[in-house]
Amino acid sequence: MVLSHRLGEWAGHAPVLEEEVALANIALDLLGQARVLLSSAGDEDELAYLREERAFTNLQLVEQPNGDFAHTIARQLYFSTYQHLLYERLAAGEGEFAGLAAKAVKEVAYHRDHAEQWTLRLGDGTDVSHARMRAACEALWRFTGEMFEPVPGLDVDTDALRTAWRESVDTVLRRATLTLPEGPDSGGWAAGAGRQGLHTESFGRMLAEMQHLHRSHPGASW
Amino acid sequence: MPAHFDALIAAGETIEPRDWMPDGYRRMLLRQIAQHAHSEIIGMQPEGAWLTRAPSLHRKSVLIAKVQDEAGHGLYLYSSAETLGVDRAELLDALHRGQQRFAATFNHPALTWADTGAIAWLTDGAAVINQAPLCRTSYGPYARAMRRVCQEEAFHVRQGYDLMRALCEGTPEQKRMAQDAVDRWWLPAVALMFGPPDTEAGGADARTAALGAAVSRRAIAWGIKRHTNDELRARFVDSVVPQAERLGLTLPDPAIRWNEERGHYDFTPVDWETYRDALGDDTHWARQRIAHRRAAHEDGAWVREASAAYAAREDADGRTEEPA
Repeated sequence: MVLSHRLGEWAGHAPVLEEEVALANIALDLLGQARVLLSSAGDEDELAYLREERAFTNLQLVEQPNGDFAHTIARQLYFSTYQHLLYERLAAGEGEFAGLAAKAVKEVAYHRDHAEQWTLRLGDGTDVSHARMRAACEALWRFTGEMFEPVPGLDVDTDALRTAWRESVDTVLRRATLTLPEGPDSGGWAAGAGRQGLHTESFGRMLAEMQHLHRSHPGASW
Repeated sequence: MPAHFDALIAAGETIEPRDWMPDGYRRMLLRQIAQHAHSEIIGMQPEGAWLTRAPSLHRKSVLIAKVQDEAGHGLYLYSSAETLGVDRAELLDALHRGQQRFAATFNHPALTWADTGAIAWLTDGAAVINQAPLCRTSYGPYARAMRRVCQEEAFHVRQGYDLMRALCEGTPEQKRMAQDAVDRWWLPAVALMFGPPDTEAGGADARTAALGAAVSRRAIAWGIKRHTNDELRARFVDSVVPQAERLGLTLPDPAIRWNEERGHYDFTPVDWETYRDALGDDTHWARQRIAHRRAAHEDGAWVREASAAYAAREDADGRTEEPA
């Protein structure tokens, strides 16, 4: 839901019209997946609009501001690769999320392909785009470790997931004439912080914008 | 060749890109299709601005889908304009430099959430009435694009009506929000979505009306348009009045009254003096919309350059895409 919101901020700002369609399309897919998940846990609007920052357990990676197009693509590459690998595993299992994952895995495969294609174009495009893509990959790197912290109730081998993820991202970045960033993959916050409701500062502002209308009319239906 | 063109038009057949066509026909079509495409793109702005503030996840997903459709409509229409021998980049450039126009309705700001409903219900509703006959317009590529656009557009109108219905059945504040939006979007839809009048009865002075009528006659003779601006405007008012009544909303025009004799609703003729300024491109909001659009284009230049450089290298290397 949080990443979908961030992608929604691109509406009317994308570099080409085709990307207006693509980014909106991905935002819509992600919102659809979020609605299924939230509805299984309670009332989707109550959970989306009436929780405060500390009660959100999303990854810090997905709440990061859009930045330039390279930042958005790097965030998409990191997250959609993770999501695709995770959903493949969940879909193959018999856990609680197998059904949702089986349905969403096709959408997520497309998101991953979109991110990979753009990583190649930006990394292996011009000097400017190469530099921007490299800066974006490095800036967001410290938010990636969080994806591989064990999540209670999610029966996945996170070490194997991390290995597969690193291999995949490494391959794409190499083809894009880039390299996997060095340095720690978790930043000022301990890894897993987002899952504990500890977020980065821009997140509160994002929620303020997202929730203000709903909160201004308590009890109204829309 | 002109005889062949006339024969095709007379037989109600479509003109295709390789057919000969009068220069005036090509110019009129190009202007109309480009303006239409630009309107889709600029029209994403007032609604897109509410995407991050949509008050429920259901409405939010409906709005994302709508904005996505609009970008898609822009793409169909630019493709259809390109069959007339222009390049999309030239058209966008003309938009950015203010040489081609877009629907002046979108120069109005979207101030509240209810505006997204009013835009979809009234503005898109007007667009559908305007565009439905274009599904049979004489230029084939335009007609085919319009068939796809109209289907989706009609769906948006229903969603807009449904959004307004939820507000009207909601709290008193929500109802007030809906009425306020209708008060602000009614006249822009009636006046600006259908263009200048073609009869004096439409509220114009004799000279403006004569000019409007001449343009309409030419477009109708070429099979580009099927109805005059005023005919379509009347059809719009006839369709919306009963819908507003069902919603319990008042349209901000005290003169609206069923006219038994004509079989249409009467309404206050548009005061074109008021709208002459709005029709110009020099209003604050028109400049703002273009500036926003131009900024997105300029900010994205390095991305398009990267994509072009990558594609050129792919071609030169004769590489093929490896599967991911």
